[in-house]
Amino acid sequence: MNVVAPFEGIGASVRRKEDLRFLSGRGQYTDDIARPGQAHAYILRSPHAHARILKVDTAAARAMPGVVAVYTGEDTKGLGGIPCGWQLHNKDGSPMAEPRHPVLAEGKARHVGDPVAVVVAETRAQAKDAAEAIEVEYEVLPAVPTLREALAPGAAQLHDAAPGNLCYDWHIGDKAVTDAAFAQAHKVVRFETTNNRLVPNAMEPRAAIGDYDPTTGEHTLWTTSQNPHVIRLLMGAFVLNIPESRLRVVAPDVGGGFGSKIYHYAEEAIVTWAASKLHRPVKWTADRSEAFISDAHGRDHVTTCELALDETGKFLGLRVDTLANMGAYLSTFAPCVPTYLYATLLSGVYAMPTIYAEVKAVFTSTVAVDAYRGAGRPEATYLLERLVDVAAAETGMDRVEIRRRNFIPTDAFPYQTPVALQYDSGDYFSTLDAALETAGWADFEARRAEAAKQGKLRGIGISTYVEACGIAPSAVVGSLGARAGLYEVGTIRVHPTGSVTVLTGAHSHGQGHETTFAQLVADRLGVPLSQVDVVHGDTAKVPFGMGTYGSRSLAVGGSAMVKAMDKVVDKAKKIAAHLLEASVQDIEFERGTFRVAGTDRTKALAEVSLAAYVPHNYPIEELEPGLEETAFYDPKNFTYPGGCHICEVEIERDTGKAQVVNFTAVDDVGRVINPMIVEGQVQGGVAQGIGQALMEEAVYDEAGQLLSGSMMDYSMPRAEDLPMVGVANHVTLCTHNPLGVKGCGEVGAIGSPPAVMNAVVDALREFGVRHVEMPATPAKIWNIINAGAQRMAAE
Amino acid sequence: MYDFDYHKPSSVADAVKLLSADPDARAISGGQTLLPALKHRLNRPTYLVDLSGIAELKGVKREGDKVTVGALTRHIEVQNSPEVKSAIPALAHMAAVIGDIQVRNRGTIGGSVANNDPAADYPSAVLGLGATVVTDKRRIAADDFFQGMFTTALEPGELLTAIEFPIPEKAGYAKMRNPASRYVMVGVFVAKTKGGVRVVVNGAGPGVFRQTEMEQALSANWSPDAVAGIKQASEGLNSDIHGSAEYRAHLVTVMAKRAVADAG
Repeated sequence: MNVVAPFEGIGASVRRKEDLRFLSGRGQYTDDIARPGQAHAYILRSPHAHARILKVDTAAARAMPGVVAVYTGEDTKGLGGIPCGWQLHNKDGSPMAEPRHPVLAEGKARHVGDPVAVVVAETRAQAKDAAEAIEVEYEVLPAVPTLREALAPGAAQLHDAAPGNLCYDWHIGDKAVTDAAFAQAHKVVRFETTNNRLVPNAMEPRAAIGDYDPTTGEHTLWTTSQNPHVIRLLMGAFVLNIPESRLRVVAPDVGGGFGSKIYHYAEEAIVTWAASKLHRPVKWTADRSEAFISDAHGRDHVTTCELALDETGKFLGLRVDTLANMGAYLSTFAPCVPTYLYATLLSGVYAMPTIYAEVKAVFTSTVAVDAYRGAGRPEATYLLERLVDVAAAETGMDRVEIRRRNFIPTDAFPYQTPVALQYDSGDYFSTLDAALETAGWADFEARRAEAAKQGKLRGIGISTYVEACGIAPSAVVGSLGARAGLYEVGTIRVHPTGSVTVLTGAHSHGQGHETTFAQLVADRLGVPLSQVDVVHGDTAKVPFGMGTYGSRSLAVGGSAMVKAMDKVVDKAKKIAAHLLEASVQDIEFERGTFRVAGTDRTKALAEVSLAAYVPHNYPIEELEPGLEETAFYDPKNFTYPGGCHICEVEIERDTGKAQVVNFTAVDDVGRVINPMIVEGQVQGGVAQGIGQALMEEAVYDEAGQLLSGSMMDYSMPRAEDLPMVGVANHVTLCTHNPLGVKGCGEVGAIGSPPAVMNAVVDALREFGVRHVEMPATPAKIWNIINAGAQRMAAE
Repeated sequence: MYDFDYHKPSSVADAVKLLSADPDARAISGGQTLLPALKHRLNRPTYLVDLSGIAELKGVKREGDKVTVGALTRHIEVQNSPEVKSAIPALAHMAAVIGDIQVRNRGTIGGSVANNDPAADYPSAVLGLGATVVTDKRRIAADDFFQGMFTTALEPGELLTAIEFPIPEKAGYAKMRNPASRYVMVGVFVAKTKGGVRVVVNGAGPGVFRQTEMEQALSANWSPDAVAGIKQASEGLNSDIHGSAEYRAHLVTVMAKRAVADAG
């Protein structure tokens, strides 16, 4: 009998199956792979933020020991440009500016780190030595590293195809209705802020190996990717002109992505192309310094916003004007991040009658900016949740009460926002109440007073949020400019003796899919967890897939598995009916057993699968042998996780150092398959949110040099910077997918930054502070304390 | 890194011979500064002279009123040394807060002092305690040893072999770490010794320096309050994305107060 022990099914905190290989050093990452005869690529990158390339002399480099080949933009100019996956339109309906993104720079370098030449040599060190011998003559042009500099009249132009460095000028919502709401307002609260630019810094730097078999014409790319099928599509179809049938992309174990490994990068095309030219494998591995100037960065918005309120504190409308940094070239998802993943979330958890948002996307002489954990939704949540706190302060309302008063009522779902989205479910009052209770909100003042005795400033902050994930309905995103569908694919392969292999187009790079998906399948099919294995990350094994990002793996990928399992069970019921000599309508399936309803006549799944593969006694006229089904699942809507985060900070008065001392996250991520994994996902997201709020910032100088270009100057949070994060769930089920799941990968990074910053502002309230920009570093906070103290002394 | 040759002598004399023979040769002990520089191709030595095989450079000795620490003694060994902990607890404390556990297990006191990184910890203790830097050729007073950013009195080919720390009446050390690198942003070492009170600032400027106004105040009244009102001038201090010179100047007073309060 195959009976699932209850502790390993849906809802059980099963230990991660994949951890045995990771913890014992047996993970197989791209850089661990050594192909026979492989050569090594090193990429020479521009040291200038903006420069004309007058001459590249590779003669000396070619003569260096071990050098196999040297390529420049002259060699790759016949290749396609790196494609962008989204096309946005301007207010006037014209398409966004989409300048060519060459594989290697053609005539001009547009950011520090822009690839200018590639050396392929027998060893990595030889390639690096030879790269130093390449002579590049640059004519340095003025850099435009910041949004305001790039948009300034007379600013240096990065692309001929993007006048004024403008990518697009986009808007959403009803301007006239919103203006009318503001005209009626009792009070208007204005607020301006910058969402700080971040460097993703996954633990594993990017790497890629290209290989080519001249006898079959098959290309293979191993790459650190979150979505190998997408890379196959983008690189094969747009850059290298290789049919999918002859291009295999493998994303083996990948050490974290956070979005930065979604995109198709030039290095992937370079190694694949070079391997086919040289007829030998070519490997490239970034070091950390290279990652800082070549991985897509995140965030980087400058925003002005206004909130209109009536005399009771009810929100009447919201106006938002955002500048979003695209970097020097459009990365795969970049145009949609500050629009459809940001402006559509500006209603937040509130019944906001009307919204009008304008977004200008801007090219700058910096590395590309694209989705980073949360992608647009952290920026929207931060803006709104800081704005609501500012509004509370300026109207004299309580911070919790103003939120409660404006929440979307729990009985109002499905709820249509004025910015396109329709939230299917949620219960913001319950997550708020649970968080207030757990965090001890009511007795905070005692803790503040206690801290004051120790000379510390203690503050508490709250953030209530909703996000849209589980992306996404293909027709919807298609109408918004996506150049791909966003369904997911799952295959359930029941083997003859009843074990199961699951093929998924989702990709695990830290999320624990091999465990969660196995639990889901084990639970549904009634197979022991140990007999379910999950395969992902290889286009030669998995039929198709769109990959993992936007907290979509379970909501979309898991739903595809459910659909495939439904097909498997349907077929298996027919086989069981034959074996049990019963009518298929009378067959029930439960916990791995097929039963003739109301009798004790049963067949186990393994008996049915054996019959399917050894069809001696089998309805062969009407049913094919075998028990394997594939399903494509296209979601009906986004999913809408939401919740409440509460943070307490203590600030050292004399140094300005803020320490998070308490953090409570109560999230509604829908049904939970593995609570331990969900808790880990939330904690990891909160760690990154605290990093953004207090520590992390990519800083460019006027010349476009990345000042925070290494761990010496880019402040990543460490264990000692983080509190124990209390995580709890309050579940409302997603109404439109078969599992009722919503997604948990990004909520931590979305909900936490405003909770931290609201706590920082609260801690500094005695200094008359209205707002503190992220990251709230010790020096920045001390400046506020010092200025406040001097002002008070003067008064 | 670029290719280099490698030597591992077993005596100071052999090491000095190797280092004197070629101005582009480099000594390596724990490698906590040199190795990253090599990896980034910022340094191109002809050969490395690995000091780790020289037994005479290792260990901690207490003799009379001084503690002698061999150049090759690792931070973790200073941190855990019973002699250092009993004679100069502030020095053991300093060693315990250098970098992280990996750095402390590899880095050596000789390497740190000879490198004289403005953001290093040890130079402030060496100057603050009025220690003597011992080399294969001579004995150099701490006051003469540190000569600004990454610069010391060591001559080419000269090898730092040990540091002699006089045992103070009291000493203390406090620092604020750079939030990114976790090197010292501002540190202050205070000591009350037979030779008088010393207050030495590290991290804040281009090199370690004595804060004489605080020294005078503490000579009159050894208490945190004595330095609380003394402001460090910000001129000449470091200023970067992590903090202005004014912020660092302010932290000098804060860290001095803490160092005195913690002094033992």
